[in-house]
Amino acid sequence: MLVYLGKRLVYTIPIVIGVSVVCFGLVHIAPGDPLVSVLPPDASEELKMQMMRAYGFDRPYYEQFLLWCWRALQGDLGVSIATGRSVASEVFRAVKNTLLLSFVATFIGFFFGLLFGFVAGYFRNSPIDKIASILSVIGVSVPHYWLGMVLVIIFSVQLNWLPPTGAGPGGSADWQPDWAHLRHLILPAITMSVIPMGIVARTIRALVADILSQDFVPALRAKGLSELGIFGHVVKNAAPTALAVMGLQLGYLLGGSILIETVFSWPGTGFLLNAAIFQRDLPLLQGTILVLALFFVLLNLIVDVIQTAIDPRIQRS
Amino acid sequence: MRSFDRRQVLAGGLAATTVSFLDLSQVSAQGSGVLRIAMTASDIPLPNGQTDQGAEGMRFVGFNVFDSLILWDLTRADTPGGLIPGLATSWRVDPADPTRWTFVLRPGVTFHDGSAFDAAAVLWNFDKILKADSPQHDPRQAGQGRTRIPSVKSYRALDPMTVEFVSNTPNALFPYEISWILMSSPAQWEKVGRNWDSFIRSPSGTGPWKVDRYTPRERLELVPNASYWNPARRPKLDRVVLVPMPEPNARTAALLSGQVDWIEAPATDALQQLRARGMQITSNVYPHNWTWHFSRVEGSPWNDIRIRKAANLAVDRAGMVELLGGMMLPAKGMVPPSSPWFGKPSFDVKTDVPAALRLMAEAGYSPARPLTVKAIISPSGSGQMQPLVMNELIQQNLGEIGIKVEFEVMDWNALVSSWRAGAKHPSSRGAHSTNSSYFSQDPFTALIRHLDGGLLPPAGTNWGYYIDPDMDARLARIRSSFDAAEQLAAIQRAHEKFVDEALFLFVAHDVAPRAMSPRVRGFIQAQNWYQDISPVTVG
Repeated sequence: MLVYLGKRLVYTIPIVIGVSVVCFGLVHIAPGDPLVSVLPPDASEELKMQMMRAYGFDRPYYEQFLLWCWRALQGDLGVSIATGRSVASEVFRAVKNTLLLSFVATFIGFFFGLLFGFVAGYFRNSPIDKIASILSVIGVSVPHYWLGMVLVIIFSVQLNWLPPTGAGPGGSADWQPDWAHLRHLILPAITMSVIPMGIVARTIRALVADILSQDFVPALRAKGLSELGIFGHVVKNAAPTALAVMGLQLGYLLGGSILIETVFSWPGTGFLLNAAIFQRDLPLLQGTILVLALFFVLLNLIVDVIQTAIDPRIQRS
Repeated sequence: MRSFDRRQVLAGGLAATTVSFLDLSQVSAQGSGVLRIAMTASDIPLPNGQTDQGAEGMRFVGFNVFDSLILWDLTRADTPGGLIPGLATSWRVDPADPTRWTFVLRPGVTFHDGSAFDAAAVLWNFDKILKADSPQHDPRQAGQGRTRIPSVKSYRALDPMTVEFVSNTPNALFPYEISWILMSSPAQWEKVGRNWDSFIRSPSGTGPWKVDRYTPRERLELVPNASYWNPARRPKLDRVVLVPMPEPNARTAALLSGQVDWIEAPATDALQQLRARGMQITSNVYPHNWTWHFSRVEGSPWNDIRIRKAANLAVDRAGMVELLGGMMLPAKGMVPPSSPWFGKPSFDVKTDVPAALRLMAEAGYSPARPLTVKAIISPSGSGQMQPLVMNELIQQNLGEIGIKVEFEVMDWNALVSSWRAGAKHPSSRGAHSTNSSYFSQDPFTALIRHLDGGLLPPAGTNWGYYIDPDMDARLARIRSSFDAAEQLAAIQRAHEKFVDEALFLFVAHDVAPRAMSPRVRGFIQAQNWYQDISPVTVG
């Protein structure tokens, strides 16, 4: 297991380098200039060039990239141009909020995704299967930002039951697991959960249908095992795949959703990226993307390890 | 080889999940008389003094937490307010040497930290922007402030309450420049360790509001400065909470659900619903106009005054008003006719398609034999109103008189970059016009920066390379007129030429719509980019 873990860690190095190159390249290819947040729009070109020199943006790209990589290796993601705050502190504050939102969304998504998937797969071609399948297709198909706005219109604007924006009455710095804060979490978490719910449900349905068609199921029935017992075996067989899908989806959610977090003004990584993009805050943009990419890589690693731990077949291979 | 027990792994994962949920902090209470404002900005404007986030930053943080030597009169809605004494009680130019300005400071003013405001503090604040080797120099504040005070050559204290400024050249608009610079507390900066990042966490100015809590990207809470030097501007509210909310639908939903009391720039298509739910919609014309800035480089079709006038006569501004739900004023020039700067131009900017067709025919074009022009536009952007639909309407209107418009669509920041670089720069891609909405609060921003032949890029922002010695003489007259009436007349003469020669495509004046709960009372929407929230109450 440790050898496997070591190998997987080594594999992450080229991925991280690739991500760094791509994210650095992309933010520099984008039009506009990186000093938009520190210069008023009517600043002259002359002043802009002076500031470009002061911030080191006049240096060749490769030099800027190497400097950025060197600092990042030492844990220094730089300083936000717009705010002067450390990128690392900005990103980790946002990550904390996105973690909260994505874990809740994951829980909702997987609970209902597994429920719909197992039920639909177990009772395939029945009305229950059709209803569960329709729900999962809706989950995959509906644009989540649209759903977010609809939920806001219904539950915030019309019914006035839940707040439409923010992380709590005092912001995320004051977050506590009480109703005043949890109610801020409900709409964004539900909105964020629909895609993983749909994907998990569809995957599990197909998987359960496949497992049920395998020879060991009639054999178990022939042995006189109850339907509940057979269901238990199906769940065990489906677990590694479910876990892999869950890991990937959790990775996507941890990346934060720019659209959902912007619609709900949720102060997570998506909201941060949105601000960084509009302010052309290159250090913040690069730092955030890098941290999120590393998160994704780390999460895949964790999922692989868990899969290996719970599935003896993978261990043997 | 050690293997993981799957139960251990799952238990570990669950524990990690639980820890992330239990990151606890404290809750803030909200009392009565709290005004919660949703801004369009995506972040809290930095409470450092020379704040960021454009005019919205100056509006809500700049002029609330800090003061400048000269302030804007924001007490009236019926006419644009002028400059009024702020931290300076008076200022005058030396008649013998019009580059020397003497500012007498207001006595008895203290910063929020209790330290005294005096001439040393003024010099310290100008140094923070202009003197790169001063300990308090702040590149971010310098970036925001330096553009605003190009005339400041030097400054010195004549006594503890008097400051003398020297300008590069005689410049009667010098007070407008000085009004941009906001005063942060030198004592507080020292106290927090001579560091601007620490200063932001506990800022100190002389303004009517003090910063109580600052959560970056989420909220800024202000409480009244009960000892503010101007009793008329002492806040009536208990607290103001500023929340960044860049998405217009999110702002609208936040207001309708009672999460905030006031939103900036509500979604236009939500105005009817907001009104139906009893919300107040306030608006007023202010110095913000939406134009096409014509390129005057060689080969530009807009060098022909007949085509410029024809285009101005072709735009269906009444249709555009309807399109924007009433939230614009049809433009008659660079400033609205209600402005004292408007003057008496002879060319009436209105919709007259037959006259436009005649002018186009004179120039050799018609709908059957159209002229093709290339226009830079942006799909969105700060202050751009609704650029896509507005530009599509203009495209249709101009097409009807024989001007075929091809759009060069740029992201807003790219548009700003190309605007700075000028019409000749490759980033402007050979376009014949650019559509950047303009701040026009003072004579420099309204007229001079666009029309002065000495302000060609890269030194200035005369994007279109417009050069006319007669206009230069009129602009020079504004700068050299130290008498208020004489200066007003000079501004009017320049604006009259601006309109008479149809130097831009004048389309719309923004009216800054805001929506607020019926509980919000006492707000006067001044004809200004900045607004005063001190007289506001929440009932």
